[in-house]
Parts: sequence; structure tokens; C-alpha cells
Amino acid sequence: MIIFLMFVKKEFYHIFRDQRTLIILFGMPVLQVILFGFAITNEIKDASIVVLDQSNDASTRQITQKLVSSGYFHLDRNLQSSQELEGAFSTGKIKMAVVYGPGFADAFRRGGGAKVQLIADASDPNTANVLTSYATAIIRGWQAERLGITQLPLTIKTDYQMTYNPELKGVFLFVPGVMAMILMMVSAMMTSIAVTKEKEIGTMEVLLVSPLSPSIIIIGKVVPYLALGVINAAVIVAMGVFVFGIPIYGSAVLLMAEALLFVVTTLSLGILISTIAESQQTAMLFSLTGLMMPTILLSGHIFPVENMPWVLQWLSNIIPAKWFIIIVKNIMLKGSGFQDIWKETLVLLGMAAGFIGVSIYRFKIRLE
Amino acid sequence: MRRIWFLVQKEFIQIARNKAMLPSIFLMPVIQLLVLAHAATFEIRNLNIYLIDHDGSQAAHRLAGKLEASPNFQIVGTYPSTERANDELKHDKVDVILEIPEGFERNLIRLGKTALHLKVNAINGVKAGVTMNYMNAIILDFNQGLRIELGAVAGALSPGQIDITYSNWFNPSLNYKTFMVPGILVMLVTMIGLLLTGMNIVREKEIGTIEQINVTPLRKIEFVIGKIIPFWLIGLFELAVGLGAGVLAFDIPIVGNPVLVFLFAMVFLFVVMGIGIFISTTTDTQQQALFLAWFCMAMFTLMSGLFTPIESMPDWAQRITDFNPVSYFVRVNRTVLLKGAGWAEVKDEFAILGMYAIAINALAVWNYRKKV
Repeated sequence: MIIFLMFVKKEFYHIFRDQRTLIILFGMPVLQVILFGFAITNEIKDASIVVLDQSNDASTRQITQKLVSSGYFHLDRNLQSSQELEGAFSTGKIKMAVVYGPGFADAFRRGGGAKVQLIADASDPNTANVLTSYATAIIRGWQAERLGITQLPLTIKTDYQMTYNPELKGVFLFVPGVMAMILMMVSAMMTSIAVTKEKEIGTMEVLLVSPLSPSIIIIGKVVPYLALGVINAAVIVAMGVFVFGIPIYGSAVLLMAEALLFVVTTLSLGILISTIAESQQTAMLFSLTGLMMPTILLSGHIFPVENMPWVLQWLSNIIPAKWFIIIVKNIMLKGSGFQDIWKETLVLLGMAAGFIGVSIYRFKIRLE
Repeated sequence: MRRIWFLVQKEFIQIARNKAMLPSIFLMPVIQLLVLAHAATFEIRNLNIYLIDHDGSQAAHRLAGKLEASPNFQIVGTYPSTERANDELKHDKVDVILEIPEGFERNLIRLGKTALHLKVNAINGVKAGVTMNYMNAIILDFNQGLRIELGAVAGALSPGQIDITYSNWFNPSLNYKTFMVPGILVMLVTMIGLLLTGMNIVREKEIGTIEQINVTPLRKIEFVIGKIIPFWLIGLFELAVGLGAGVLAFDIPIVGNPVLVFLFAMVFLFVVMGIGIFISTTTDTQQQALFLAWFCMAMFTLMSGLFTPIESMPDWAQRITDFNPVSYFVRVNRTVLLKGAGWAEVKDEFAILGMYAIAINALAVWNYRKKV
């Protein structure tokens, strides 16, 4: 036991000596959560528009005024002719053009088709969709106001209830995602590199001839990363709760227990990689392309998995982070208890057992 | 000049010798592009609706039919139990619950107004917002159809009506891949540039061969240029392969002049590789270099406008993106390829990145010490 503790101490020395890596390990999650909390949003405000007003009467000026004062749009400039339209979009700044047909006010008063055309820069389809629907709502609002009706006849009124995240904040989805990603990085990537490093510089041989049994060596190597991982998870959750007001409806103890389970799963994955990879560089490339990219892309924390081709959807099932993110979301935002997430927990447990089993089978005491 | 040439030659020999390197240069970009273009998308389709119809009227049936006909929605549950619907929402089986209350049709005709209840799983805020937009459009359309049918409103040509028409320029079919592929190409080029250069010098440090270079007459600036050139060529090659794959596999329209994109890539790669070299000269181990490079990569990508519009960011965050080389290339790539922007529209970006390239490379040269 004492020898084991000494071994763990040696590992901690290795980690603390490399301060740059430590700063990144703790700085990265904090920065990412902050960015995602404040900066990364799809919410649209102040989108630049141009107006081509072929009537230039009181009505069209009023509508333009209403569009601008809504806060969603910012009038970049007025165009003089339709030839300018094409050029207006080419810098990428202008998102939409509003074109009023000639004689708008007259046509509106007497009939005959008052025309507005909304031209969106659809190279970004989502933004285009949102902008045209905002603009439509504002124009219709002006229309209703002018006609002196507060409500059109036969109106279906829809009330929306945004469950689990009423303000549609990006961080709600992102906190579980960042947790999964950082744990993956700390646990899987760092351990695989740490173990292969000993192999590469030859100190593994020294360890193997020592009286420590191989399993103690491996456990000793991963304990510090386990600690780092759990601390990181706690920091991310705390930031989510205290800075961004994300609720934890479920049990915090259960949440940390599941985080621990996920750390164990990724650690065993890291060990598995280190039994396969011979050099640090291979281990890194393997971790990056085999673990980090799939975790970011397929775990569903940034991009919705449901719309991907079935091959990718199917692949997403073998990614541990996917299951962990479901668990975290359910506990924090939906207040699920263990009875709701035992299946996902079982999947993680199974994966951990599988990785450990294969690692034991592949672990070589002798070096060639 | 001759000395630089020798260093470039040495790098190429090393790259060619590394068995893992060649496939990762030739094959990876194509695979990554194919996977990323399908995976990295906010395209939202196939939303699952749970429909609770307490009314059972003809209007309710028609609304259901309209939802079913939309390419974005499919009805996956209809059993009229709120509890069961909530349970399915909780377990992510459905995205939206639409509840048609009793008397939906009756109230519409007798009182002139009626209500619908919509409950959206909003954990993914972006998705919830788009879902709401889709739903709104369908319900408004259904509503307008009913009005015209029941003679409540007049046609578009009568007084007091406004005829709103829509055009979606540059991407009429609203294909998300058209939007993403030019951006993803930037990400691929950045990744290869940053990681390869970032790991390169530090590897020489780690295995000790840097000593041998340090004792040669090679000057610092020659060393940095010699290290950049091979990866610079590889980066441009990747861009060509990726662009070809994008056109063949995803039908990306090339409206503008691709030469402009390549010219810009040449400047851009100098910036990215300068950053990579700088990372490589400041770190002591490959592990550190990898983490730093990865960190930069993550920040550059998130703050580039690749996934979320820069205009949506708060002011301080927009100022940060001014320092992000990736955001310039994403913008240039999209405007040139999709909208046909010419030199006049992108010359500012050229100027800024040009200065950036000089500054960062000067920093990298300064930071490289020929001592241990």
C-alpha cells in the first residue's frame, strides 16, 4: 500500500511539473463554458438589411421604421435600383433585402396588390428562415395596426411552452457536452499518452522489473487522472450552476457518481489505447481522430444526431460520451432518478468492463 | 536559399518515410469532409411530434394531415394521454407535444378564436427555436387557409392586403451542406496546418535532433521558412483535394473564382503555420504542443462564425473574432464560392491577414532560440 501511494505520488509529480498542460486542462473547460454561455448563440439581433423602396411613400417608410426598431434588423443602406441588389450581398454582411413594389401605399388603400419581397441570403439556411419569419410577423403587425384590427378573424392562437430550458440558452446543452469532452481528454488522452511515454523513453521497463505488480502500476498511473477528471467535472458543473443558473433538479450525488463512472470508462479506454500504441505520437493521433472528433461530432452536444445519415447515427451508439451526456442532461435538467437512467448507466459499465478486459488480455509484461 | 531548399528536402523525406503520414494527408481530408459535412450540421429535419387530439373534429384532422405532409415533422404518438406524452418527451422519444384542446373547431367557428398548446423540449435551444419557427409557419398557413375558405378574409388583390413574396438567394433549396462545406474546408486546412507544424519542431527537440540543426549555419529565419514550406504545400494540396471532393460529392456551386480562394489560402496558411511554429518553439514536449494546438483549434473554430453567426455574438466577442484568422477565411471562402465575390470585396481581408502573417512569423522567428 505504501509503495502504491509512493507510486501515485510520482505520477502527481509528473503532472504538476508540467504547468502549461495543467493550465490548459483547467483553463480550457472554463473558457469554453464562458464562450458558449455568452458568445456562441444562434439568436439573431441587429442583422444588417438593405431596403429597395420603389414607392418611397409614408407606408413603406413606416414599415422600414418598424423593422429597424424591432431590434432584429439594422438598416445598412437604401438601394436605388434593383441592379444593386446582387452586389449588396457579396460582402456577406447583408443578410436580407426588403423590396417594396411601386405604388405600395396606393395599392394598399385601393386594392391591386401591395407588394413586398423579402430576399434572404440563404447561404445560411437557418438564419434565412428566422429572418424572413421575423420580418413577415412585423409586416403583418403593421398591416393589422393600419386596418385597425387587433385580431384577425378566426385566429388560432398557439401557446408555446419551452420545457427544461425556457430561455433557450445554449449552455444548457453545452455544459454536459463540455464535461464529456474534457473528461475524455483528461482521462483517455492523457493516460494513453502518459503510459506510452514511459514505454517510449524506456522507463516502463524499469517499472516492470520492480516488485510492483503490473496491475498496481496501471492503477497507480491512472489514479491521479481520475482525481483531475473528477475535479474538472465538478468545476464545470459549478460554473454552469453559479454563473449561468443551470438548475440541478436531480440528485447531485448521483450526478457525481455517474461522472466518476464515466471517468473510469474513459480511463480504461485510455489504457486500452496505450496497450495498442507504441509511441506518444500514435497515441495522440489515435486519441484525437478516434476519440475527440467523434465525441464532438457524434455525441449530440453540438450537432443534433437525429438528422445524420443512419451510418453515423449507428456509430454514435459506440461513443461513451453519448450515453454520459444523456445521463447528465436527464439528472440536471429533467430531474431524473436512477430508475430513468439505469440503462445508460449499464451501457457505460459494460463499456468500461469491456475495455478493461481487452486491456488485461493485451497487456504485455515483457517488452520486445 | 540553397540551405532552405535542403531543409525542405529533409522534411519531405521524413514525411514520405512516415507510413502513417501519407494516408493521413491524402485520405483523411476526404473522409473528414464526407463525415463532417453530414455530421456538422444544424439542419433540422425529422422532428418527432406527439399529437394529443382531444377534439377529434375535422379541422383537427386536417391540421394533423398538414403536419404529416411536412418534410420536417412526423407524428409518432397519438394516444390521448398527457402523462404518456410527457413521459415520451422526458425520454427524448419525441421533440414536440402538440395538444389540440376539446372544442378546437367549435370555438374557432363560434367565438372566432381558438387555442393550441405546444410543448417543446428546449434543452437544445437552437433546435427548439427552429422547431418553433417550423410549427408557426405550418399553423399560420393552416389558419390562413381556413380563413380564405370560410370567406373571412379577402384575396391578396383587395384593399388592405399585402402580398409578401420570398426569395432565397445563393442557396434556393436551403441546403445546409452548401453552407457548411466551404467552412469545413477551412477547418480541415487549419487543423492540418496547426497540428503538423505545432508538433514538428518540438519533436526535434524531444528526440534531440534540434541540436544538430542548431550547429548548422542555417539562420533562424531560414529555419522557420524551411519548416513552413513543406506543410504549406501540403495544406494547399489538401484544399484542392477537399474542394474537388466537395464539388463532386455535395454539388457545391463555385460561383466565384477559385483562384482567389487559393491565393487567400496561401496567405492564411502562413498565419496558421506561424502560430503552429510559435507553439512549437514555446513548448518542451509534444504533449504540451498538442494540447496548445488543440486548444487554439477549438477556440478558433468556435469563434469563427463557422457554426453560429458572428453577428449574434455580443460586442466584446465580436472584437475577439477580429483576431481570429479562421473567421476571415471562413467568410472569404463562403462569399467567394457561394456568392461570387471578387477581389474588391475581399481585399481588406487580404490586407489584414497579410499583416497578421508577417507579425506572427516574426514572433516565431524571434522566439526560436538556437541555444538549449
